[in-house]
Amino acid sequence: MLEIGLSHYLAVAAILFTLGIFGIFLNRKNVIIILMSVELILLAVNINLVAFSVHLQDLTGQIFAMFVLTVAAAEAAIGLAIIVVYFRNRGTIAVEDINLMKG
Amino acid sequence: MIIQALSFYLFAFIAIAAAVMVISARNPVHSVLFLILAFFNAAGLFVLIGAEFIAMILIVVYVGAVAVLFLFVVMMLDISFSELRQGFLQYLPIGGLVGIVLLAELLMIGGSWVIAPAAEGVRGFPIPPIDQLTNTHAIGKILYTDYIYLFQGAGMVLLVAMIGAIVLTLRSRPGVRKQNISDQINRRPEDAIEIKKVQSGSGI
Repeated sequence: MLEIGLSHYLAVAAILFTLGIFGIFLNRKNVIIILMSVELILLAVNINLVAFSVHLQDLTGQIFAMFVLTVAAAEAAIGLAIIVVYFRNRGTIAVEDINLMKG
Repeated sequence: MIIQALSFYLFAFIAIAAAVMVISARNPVHSVLFLILAFFNAAGLFVLIGAEFIAMILIVVYVGAVAVLFLFVVMMLDISFSELRQGFLQYLPIGGLVGIVLLAELLMIGGSWVIAPAAEGVRGFPIPPIDQLTNTHAIGKILYTDYIYLFQGAGMVLLVAMIGAIVLTLRSRPGVRKQNISDQINRRPEDAIEIKKVQSGSGI
């Protein structure tokens, strides 16, 4: 219990990942919260990468955590830009109203 | 040892509680603030495990850039968020079911995980002892040599994201009067004013 090992970090990451998935289900209508849930999921992935990196004494995991971080930042910027443009054109960001392409 | 364990549980608990608040807060501004809290505590976990550089990057990139961007957008858009919350409870059962199944599976995998004995031998870049090389130094040594193409690729991803965001949100509005500095500087006294001799006692 007091000896903090790999499994503790993996458990935290698993809980954060699940909360991210849960947040997407819970806030089906609010696309901003969905984006924040995606950020939580990516944070969980980063915790996994770093925990394994330290446990295996291999730096590669930390390098890849940095790349995941880069992609997460780019994704947030593009996603929010799309939201702003959509709001400017339609006046709403409710996910259910986004049916322009009838997909 | 006990301080390390206490710090771990503190950071982990606050991070998870903040994550719960992110997805359940009524006000999206509060959600963003709790997201910042979650990232701060994740950074604390990283410092605890010995990955200081990632921890600092996490704070700089997420709290400094991404969270502020979220905050900016949430405050800029004029949306009735209570409307968006309708159906919150409608999706609770299915979401909870999927979440619990997923968590159980993840914990089962994590609990039964064993590191293969051969994994020690195939390490790509072993972490050097901390008294010889700091974490940041060690990352820099392989990031700019072995991973230089990936590093440049990451820069390209950010460039494309930046240009994409600008192209998406830039609009030229007609009828906006803009300052033209070249015109202002090129204006000469002859063009602007006219001097007339006025005889005293009579008008122009």
